[in-house]
Amino acid sequence: MPTSTVFTLIKQLLTRKATNPFPVKYTPKNMHAAAELIESGKLEINPPVEIPPDYRGKLKYDVDCCIGCKLCLKVCPSEALAFKPEEKKVKHYVARCTFCGQCANICPKSCFELTEEFLIAGTDKYADELVLNP
Amino acid sequence: MIEMSEEDTTYQVPIGPIHPALKEPFMINFKLDGETIVDADPHPGMNHRGIEFMGMHRNPLKVIPLSERICGICSIVHQHMYTTAVEHAAGIEPTNRARYIRTIMCELERVHSHVLWAGVAAHEIGFDTHLHFTWKIREKVMDLLEYISGNRVNYSMWTVGGVRRDIPESMHPKIEETLTYYEELYQKLEDIFLGDPSIRLRTKNIGILTKKEALELCGVGPTVRASGVKKDVRIDQPYAAYGDLDLDYVIPSRYGYENTGDVFSKTLVRLKEVVQSIGLIRQCVDQMPDEDIDSEPKKAVLLNKLKKAEGEGIGRIEAPRGEAIHYARLKEGVEELDCWKIRASTYNNLTTYAPMFMGEQIADIPIIAACIDPCIGCMDRAEIVDVSTGKSKSYSHDELHKLSVEKTKKLLEGSL
Repeated sequence: MPTSTVFTLIKQLLTRKATNPFPVKYTPKNMHAAAELIESGKLEINPPVEIPPDYRGKLKYDVDCCIGCKLCLKVCPSEALAFKPEEKKVKHYVARCTFCGQCANICPKSCFELTEEFLIAGTDKYADELVLNP
Repeated sequence: MIEMSEEDTTYQVPIGPIHPALKEPFMINFKLDGETIVDADPHPGMNHRGIEFMGMHRNPLKVIPLSERICGICSIVHQHMYTTAVEHAAGIEPTNRARYIRTIMCELERVHSHVLWAGVAAHEIGFDTHLHFTWKIREKVMDLLEYISGNRVNYSMWTVGGVRRDIPESMHPKIEETLTYYEELYQKLEDIFLGDPSIRLRTKNIGILTKKEALELCGVGPTVRASGVKKDVRIDQPYAAYGDLDLDYVIPSRYGYENTGDVFSKTLVRLKEVVQSIGLIRQCVDQMPDEDIDSEPKKAVLLNKLKKAEGEGIGRIEAPRGEAIHYARLKEGVEELDCWKIRASTYNNLTTYAPMFMGEQIADIPIIAACIDPCIGCMDRAEIVDVSTGKSKSYSHDELHKLSVEKTKKLLEGSL
């Protein structure tokens, strides 16, 4: 009997899935093997969902324009910023950052900027790419 | 705590802290006579995180991102209340455009919260397809929130004296698109939650809260509006831009239903509030004044101003779950907050559990526990240590959920 349920089911089979199959369509049995395949170009990655404008991604810190006024340290809610007194610059721990962007708002020289980078997961929170101006 | 006498034929069932129908730690002690609940005694205090204490060791601007992390669903609510309290204490006025943007965000969050609740309620009575349906359509409003603020949750939109991100004219088409999407789907939601006979069996005349009890127990939000109590901070004491908008109390009798205060009318009130919110967002978008979004764009100056300020302030708003309050006190010369107190809506609504559970069955516990839309993360501001004795049998969440699903099946088969 062609009820509305059957109709909905058929429609769902034909429509695009609500979830984005990122990074690959089906979860591979071996993640490391899949990662190697991706590196060698044998497996293609599904693109992630398009990010909105003014996305809050990883911070970009311009070391040269920083004057060491320490205002950003005053507003950072997760204390992801540390002051380096000998250089008079700051150090930023990305792993602690909550991406609120208050440092970018308060900085008188606009040294901080929220970029669109979001693939920043890692196993070592002190890795080179997760500490800015180490 | 429930006392037991030797001749008593009832027995106690503690449900929680890990946890009856909620996804958060919380405990209710039930006194049962066979299948029937004769007493319910909620024991909060299992999710105390000391957020107020943390806030009192930070300056007011650092507390804004902390305040939104009180709750994952109503983060806008807590941000809004906290900034309003600090603005009140320091005598800072937000700009008019900021008020409108705040209202839009608050209403978007109400849509998000109510649609999410509908899914949870459907799950508790065994309709997982509806859970997936509602959570799928909820993605649309979350996408819009991300589009406006840059974050899916914990939006970081608020600041003392205004908002941090504007809603320019270029964003209006996307807002309108989302609102139309919900308007088109609304009829389907109503057919599912109000029209479906099996859902009506599980929600009609279950967990009744009379108007008298609602008033006596000081319940708030949709929980008491379902009983016919006209109580809504947005109308009673307008904040943000609500004073300029056209809105009315959402109570079941406005839509031709009775103000019974059961789970069905609570569902009805929440669904109708989704429609109301859509209308309010449209009004806000149309009337938005052209102005700055922040009354003090220089944050260093603002920090200095807050350090010099002395006074106390209150932020009082209508969260999706009901009225909630933040209290903040600033001391001259001290950078940190002197005092910060939060009272979330679930704290009030918890007291309404007792009359709602009375006379119901064990299998109804999940849906009644969920019908006030409890948020323990918001509520738990104090720790209560309880020493309880006596025999007890405990039900795990899975067992309870199974009982609830079985009850639906039996009702459908007609064997109950």
